[in-house]
Amino acid sequence: MEKAIKVKGLQKSYKKLHVLKGVDFEVEKGSIFALLGSNGAGKTTVVKILTTLLKQDSGTATVNGFDVVLKPVNVRQSISLTGQFAAVDGVLTGRENLIMIARLRHLKNPSQLADDLLKRFNLTDAADRRVATYSGGMSRRLDLAMSLIGKPQIIFLDEPTTGLDPEGRIEVWKFVKELADGGTTVFLTTQYLDEAEQLADQIAILHEGRIIVSGTLAELKKLFPPVKVEYIEKQPRLEEIFLAIIGKREEK
Amino acid sequence: MEATKNHFFNDMGVMLGRSMRHIFRSMDTIITVTITPIAMMLLFVYVLGGAIQAGTDNYVNYLLPGILLMAIASGIAYTAYRLFMDVQGGIFGRFQSMPIAHSAILWGHVLTSLVSNAISVVVIILVALIMGFRSSAGIMSWLVVAGILAMFTLALTWVAAIAGLSAKSIDGASAFSYPIIFLPFISSAFVPTASMPFVVRVFAENQPVTSIVEAIRALLSCQPVGNNIWVALVWCLVIMIVAYLFAIKAYKRRV
Ligand SMILES: Nc1ncnc2c1ncn2[C@@H]1O[C@H](COP(=O)(O)OP(=O)(O)OP(=O)(O)O)[C@@H](O)[C@H]1O
Ligand SMILES: [Mg+2]
Repeated sequence: MEKAIKVKGLQKSYKKLHVLKGVDFEVEKGSIFALLGSNGAGKTTVVKILTTLLKQDSGTATVNGFDVVLKPVNVRQSISLTGQFAAVDGVLTGRENLIMIARLRHLKNPSQLADDLLKRFNLTDAADRRVATYSGGMSRRLDLAMSLIGKPQIIFLDEPTTGLDPEGRIEVWKFVKELADGGTTVFLTTQYLDEAEQLADQIAILHEGRIIVSGTLAELKKLFPPVKVEYIEKQPRLEEIFLAIIGKREEK
Repeated sequence: MEATKNHFFNDMGVMLGRSMRHIFRSMDTIITVTITPIAMMLLFVYVLGGAIQAGTDNYVNYLLPGILLMAIASGIAYTAYRLFMDVQGGIFGRFQSMPIAHSAILWGHVLTSLVSNAISVVVIILVALIMGFRSSAGIMSWLVVAGILAMFTLALTWVAAIAGLSAKSIDGASAFSYPIIFLPFISSAFVPTASMPFVVRVFAENQPVTSIVEAIRALLSCQPVGNNIWVALVWCLVIMIVAYLFAIKAYKRRV
């Protein structure tokens, strides 16, 4: 399998705060990869390094075969980023936001493209309203739509469902799955274990600056043999795996 | 690299269109950059004007250059504000992770500052015409005036960029402009400096606004400009270059 993202020995400190202490992982092309971690674990820091917004202190990262430090322009041509905080322009309307991104990607026929995306993301009725008046779910949908413009090969979603109601989350999940079905590689971060479980082909858990486990959901589950209680077999949920690992580490 | 360079002007144009929309949709901006200076002009001409001894029979003519500088000074506060909001918000990260020339983002704001201040200057001059402003200056003089105002705008825009890029809070981003807005008051913009106490007069006569105001006033009334124009240009150039260097430094720190 070809790799869309390769990260080796990534380290990053903010002044004295050593956030990443040697992060390694690989993401396969066309898969959905979830980086799981609690608040302040460094998920956004990883995303920023991979999307060329921030330089690491040491280690290497390649995205779509391009080194993020040496070939930032090639990396930017391969990706799009939906940041943790809605990356939309609140003063513009939904349609204007989409057209703006299409123009910046130098595509033909921006308005046609905007119309198509508005339809696909159920935003046609709100298309000509300022985005500041959108609900959280609508902003997120627009945010995602903006990230699809130009058909990037790899999409980064930093906590795409934080702050959404259950309905909104399920909707976002649906779009993410559609994307991956279309062959796009999706890199997402989340604090929600069930989100990773629902969406991801591969999961990596970031804790105290390192990836403490990674693999498919099945592989993670194998790490913890099912707990047998009489005749009832209970599958460990990701949450339990996560808590058990953190617990074990902290005992040491 | 090639691709992003070729698209620099397109990208900057998109950025310009975006922030011009921000301006036209913000009542607050429009009021501050055009209505307030016009109100000041009305106040000075029709309320205080009778009592002010400017040694001229047309006080609007005397006043206009200072009003224009005030309008520009309050206009660039919004440049700092828009830059600050951009850098704080998520959209900046999106722009930076796209294959566009990064400098186009910053230059889009600079161009917006020039265009929007030009619009408010033109509106204020039109109102001044209605209020009795008259000038026999030829096209060359007007072009020189436009050049000086553009230089002044550019110089202050780069000062604003430093504030917008390095401020920690929204108040910090726009607070820097208040002293600049007040500079015209301690200059020859509204009253001749001769009436001021010694210390104030020394300050007033040697700060940039006075030389710029005097140069514009002379150009518009077809008087010899003397040294003022060179002093004005040197002030603008020095401020522009120094502020530009610091702004680029602040921008690099953000990227
Ligand atoms: N620019 C910065 N300067 C100083 N410290 C920072 C900076 N950005 C992040 N940090 C710190 O680095 C740590 C990791 O931050 P990061 O945003 O990567 O975490 P995260 O996993 O995305 O958290 P969250 O789930 O809250 O979004 C946090 O302790 C944060 O306070
Ligand atoms: Mg984060």
